[in-house]
Amino acid sequence: MSSTMTSPAPAKGASQESAASAARRSRTGTKRRVGNVGWGLVALVVFVFSVFPFYWMLNTSLQPARNTMGSSPSFFPTEFTLRAFDTAINEPNPAVFSTALQNSLIVTFMTLVACLVVGFMAALAVARFTFKGRRTFIISILVVQMLPAEAMFVSLYRILDSWQLTNTFFGLALAYVGGVLPFTIWTLRGFVAGVPADLEEAAMIDGCSRGKAFWKVTFPLLAPGLVSTGIFAFLQAWNEFVLALVVMTRPENVTLPVWLRYFQQATRGTDWSALMAGSVLMSIPVLIFFLIVQGRMTGGLVSGAVKG
Amino acid sequence: MSVPAAAGTRTATTDPPVPSPRKARAPKLPWVLLVPTFVILGIITAYPVVRLVIMSFQEYTAAQLYGTPAEWIGFDNYVEVLTDPEFHGVILRSLGLMIVCVVLTMVLGTLVALLMMRLGKGMRTMVSVGLLLAWGMPALTATIVWGWIVDPNGILNYLLSVITGDDWSGHSWLANPISFLAVAAVIIVWGAVPFVCFTMYAGLTQIPGEVLEAAQLDGAGKVKTFRLIQIPFVTSIIAVLVVLSVIWDLRVFAQIYALQGMGGVAAENSTIGVYIYQTAFSSANYGLASAMGVILTIALMAISYVYIRRTVKEEGL
Repeated sequence: MSSTMTSPAPAKGASQESAASAARRSRTGTKRRVGNVGWGLVALVVFVFSVFPFYWMLNTSLQPARNTMGSSPSFFPTEFTLRAFDTAINEPNPAVFSTALQNSLIVTFMTLVACLVVGFMAALAVARFTFKGRRTFIISILVVQMLPAEAMFVSLYRILDSWQLTNTFFGLALAYVGGVLPFTIWTLRGFVAGVPADLEEAAMIDGCSRGKAFWKVTFPLLAPGLVSTGIFAFLQAWNEFVLALVVMTRPENVTLPVWLRYFQQATRGTDWSALMAGSVLMSIPVLIFFLIVQGRMTGGLVSGAVKG
Repeated sequence: MSVPAAAGTRTATTDPPVPSPRKARAPKLPWVLLVPTFVILGIITAYPVVRLVIMSFQEYTAAQLYGTPAEWIGFDNYVEVLTDPEFHGVILRSLGLMIVCVVLTMVLGTLVALLMMRLGKGMRTMVSVGLLLAWGMPALTATIVWGWIVDPNGILNYLLSVITGDDWSGHSWLANPISFLAVAAVIIVWGAVPFVCFTMYAGLTQIPGEVLEAAQLDGAGKVKTFRLIQIPFVTSIIAVLVVLSVIWDLRVFAQIYALQGMGGVAAENSTIGVYIYQTAFSSANYGLASAMGVILTIALMAISYVYIRRTVKEEGL
């Protein structure tokens, strides 16, 4: 870690500072460095507080539960074991976890594909064309995005039930698509508008057909937008558990979040190591995908505001 | 880690939503493209809203599930909900929790954003990574992990015992409604600060350096600079963040629901979303739950109005 005059790296930098450069500093410089160490400590506290639950989840999942509870908890997996993962995956029998995983993947995949295809079409319509009702449509998308799902559960469930769509992947995915689609359209609209239509028109002047110009020029430029929007849909469907709980009532139809909960109740006098192992299994794909897209997603929600 | 920068640049590049001059060529095409959206949102949003309103005026309980026709009862459900002391408790609890969470989230988010501006690159990356992990954790698993931390045999009681010297082991944080809600608030704020922090950071770092230098030359201290320069510069960000936080925290569901699964008396610490769920799916009173749903929807729409109007204006729609 190298330290410069303008931005001295706190903690470490302070001790490694050469005597010469230290002498060059005025009293305020010294004061500032003491201040920097202080800020470094505050940063450390923020870091520890943010990360601790994640760390504790990993730590608990990697050792026997008794090691992490009671009067002398072990802060490191000294008695390292993967038994908790074995329990989480294979009990009460291996089919439970693999079925839940499979169900989650199916519903998530259906949601993702439907959101991208439908959302992309709508985004093209509002970003590339002017038509009567365009403004109304965009505003209604914003309004729909704000409808509380918590209030809709009741009627949504009644509707799915009356169409025999409960306990079907299609029914659950349909409910998810309804929830995620407005945000998808809103975000993709931004991406589509970001690709100048001139590019496409230039390709058309060079002899491309309109469809070809779109696929060869515009579409590749939109790929990052489609990826991050798709991941957002993935995260929503993967994490959702209340609709999953309500719509998928049969044991063979549960998704991972429901599996996690029911597994927590099933093990009376909770086996915390196994529960944490289950949580790790559920969170890891989420965290990986989240880290890929989060930068783009922040913008979507507050785009108007951040422009200042 | 170029997190906040990425957030800033994307919005800048996608800025001008200029429609291309194609309207004359294909007047029908945009509507064709919108058909699937209309179908899906019609089925899964518009129709449920209509059903919700209808059911809120009906006697709709377990009997109706088995074929008894639903009877129209006018505003009876609303009267029952609004005069129910338990519902009053739920509303007060939801509002109280929301206010505490929004204030804490905004204050802590802003402070951490200011902190990040002072840190060197290494430390800033460290803090960013920590915040991202907290942000990315699914609400359900986060709640389960926090539930384990505050478990009677958990690490929190151990640490408290070590620090205070008293024996905290066996103390149940979820049994008492106040400490239950305090735990819920910690989980919610912990998960919500990163978004506020990164957004504030993106806004604050866009303030031109000359402006801050000028303020310094004019003799403004840190606090004065913050109050008179930085805050006014990011007012619109703060407004959006507050409105979004209010909406999200009023709608909080996963944390409360999952925490109730780990201890505590549900009747004493439900917030509105969970209460609607319980009324519908545990007590099978769909009519009553629908009336609450309508009330919640109207309240949230009223709050969202500010956000939507602002977004529409700033996006130049």
